[in-house]
Amino acid sequence: MTIDEIQQEIVEEFSGFEDWMDKYAYLIEIGNEMAPIDAKYKIESNLIRGCQSRVWLHQEFTDGRIIFEAESDALIVKGLVALLLRIYSGRTPHEILSSEPRFIDEIGLRQHLSPTRSNGLLAMVKQMKLYALAYEKISSKK
Amino acid sequence: MTPDISKIRRDFPILDQKVNGKPLIYFDNAATSQRPTQVIERVDEFSLRTNANIHRATHYLANKTTEAFEESRETVRQFINAAEAAEVIFTHGTTESINLVAFSFGEAFVKAGDEIIVTEMEHHANIVPWQMMCERRGAILKVLPFNDNGELQIELLDNLITDKTRILAVAHVSNTLGTINPIREIILKAHLKNVPVLIDGAQGAPHFKIDVQALGCDFYAFSGHKIYGPTGIGALYGKRKWLDKMPPFMGGGEMIDSVTFAKTTYNKLPYKFEAGTPNYVGAIGFAAAIKYIQSQDNQTLAAYEHDLLTVATEKLKQIEGLRIYGEATLKAGVICFNIEGIHPFDLGTLLDQMGIAVRTGRMCADPVMDHYGVENMVRASFAFYNTFDEIEAFYKALIRLKTMF
Ligand SMILES: Cc1ncc(COP(=O)(O)O)c(C=O)c1O
Repeated sequence: MTIDEIQQEIVEEFSGFEDWMDKYAYLIEIGNEMAPIDAKYKIESNLIRGCQSRVWLHQEFTDGRIIFEAESDALIVKGLVALLLRIYSGRTPHEILSSEPRFIDEIGLRQHLSPTRSNGLLAMVKQMKLYALAYEKISSKK
Repeated sequence: MTPDISKIRRDFPILDQKVNGKPLIYFDNAATSQRPTQVIERVDEFSLRTNANIHRATHYLANKTTEAFEESRETVRQFINAAEAAEVIFTHGTTESINLVAFSFGEAFVKAGDEIIVTEMEHHANIVPWQMMCERRGAILKVLPFNDNGELQIELLDNLITDKTRILAVAHVSNTLGTINPIREIILKAHLKNVPVLIDGAQGAPHFKIDVQALGCDFYAFSGHKIYGPTGIGALYGKRKWLDKMPPFMGGGEMIDSVTFAKTTYNKLPYKFEAGTPNYVGAIGFAAAIKYIQSQDNQTLAAYEHDLLTVATEKLKQIEGLRIYGEATLKAGVICFNIEGIHPFDLGTLLDQMGIAVRTGRMCADPVMDHYGVENMVRASFAFYNTFDEIEAFYKALIRLKTMF
């Protein structure tokens, strides 16, 4: 599936919730079920500092694709992190660079990606794109 | 006597709105309080009819503005019972007030090897300026700790104060623990050893009648926006005996007596410390806020605020896994807490969905977070326009949210 198709899938998953509480309960569930990041990657240099919730992001580049692992100490953020990984992890740099996480807007959680929210999510998206940019440059030099 | 809170709430139209479809419950008063129409209208009226720069011209509007600005200073003087209006310096808030003292007092009185005392419960605004000063002057910062209840360990103070101590800075009320510190006792102890005391009154002025002469404090710093006034304005009270000997904090217009390239002489108090065009619009709103407070029955409202705190504390304690940080015997309307297994950010996000505004995070008080070994907290803080019904709704919201985790 393409990034866009997965985004559409996520939007559909969320379309069933009428009450905001159900939506958040689902995010919390996703966050709870998410595999934790390997302890050895939960380190200062992988930490993306949001003011209030912390996000750790680790990546590896293999076979032209970037594999991301991430985690947050806040569950709602963690749920959103899981969704971001679902669309971006295992993709080529080009795919990552050419798509925006529009699903967050469409499921009505745009406020979590606003620059004034100090939750680390926006910084995480930026960081993923920076990695993609760096790897794209490296690949094109070869 | 129970105060007529619904009448008071009519003065604060902002409270009457829905957030995320729910009636707004504003429990973030320690961060900033809301403004009554009396303040908003005074500022509007001034901007509509009077505005001109102060102290600088002979024309009608300039004179009216200068008068209004100086009347505001007099209102602040009265509010804190300073001996003279020249001891009231307008700043942009508590933070600038403390920075002013840390800089100017430091320049005049602090040398290498001297000591400054702050406490473990201070807001960063009452830590960082002193650290900067210590770095500049080669002085040493010493810290008075608090116990797990959130009370300062005053008994350690006598040993902490030495003949090298130059100044002691302490919060009137902690913005995190809510503790009302025994500042009178601290001032007496410090003065016995000739150490002046700065009180960070950012959270004190909203709750108490301040009398700087009765307290005997050397400096008292507070912000307009936490006492129902506008942002960007605050005050520093300082005893003339110190202010006279302190060099200016900033240079510019208005703070000078005469300027030649060879030598500049400084204006008298308070202007020496008010370089540039001051926030006179803010000062006028600040004074309007003080007048609003003075028009209320303060004793009744203080008792009411205390009841809000008591009821909220009792309610929250019924919630399993909820821990309150700071249970001092003397507390103001601030409750910091965590619920086991729930990140404060998640709690804040979900409460917001229910129209409830609380603060989450580190409260600009990292040492307090470290004391309890937590990364973040949730803070509910009350003002006299809050109600018992709001506390009940808050309690029910927490119970409901707990089931989501
Ligand atoms: C105890 C305390 N000191 C200082 C400050 C800083 O006040 P301001 O940001 O208005 O300068 C605050 C405000 O949060 C506070 O609560």
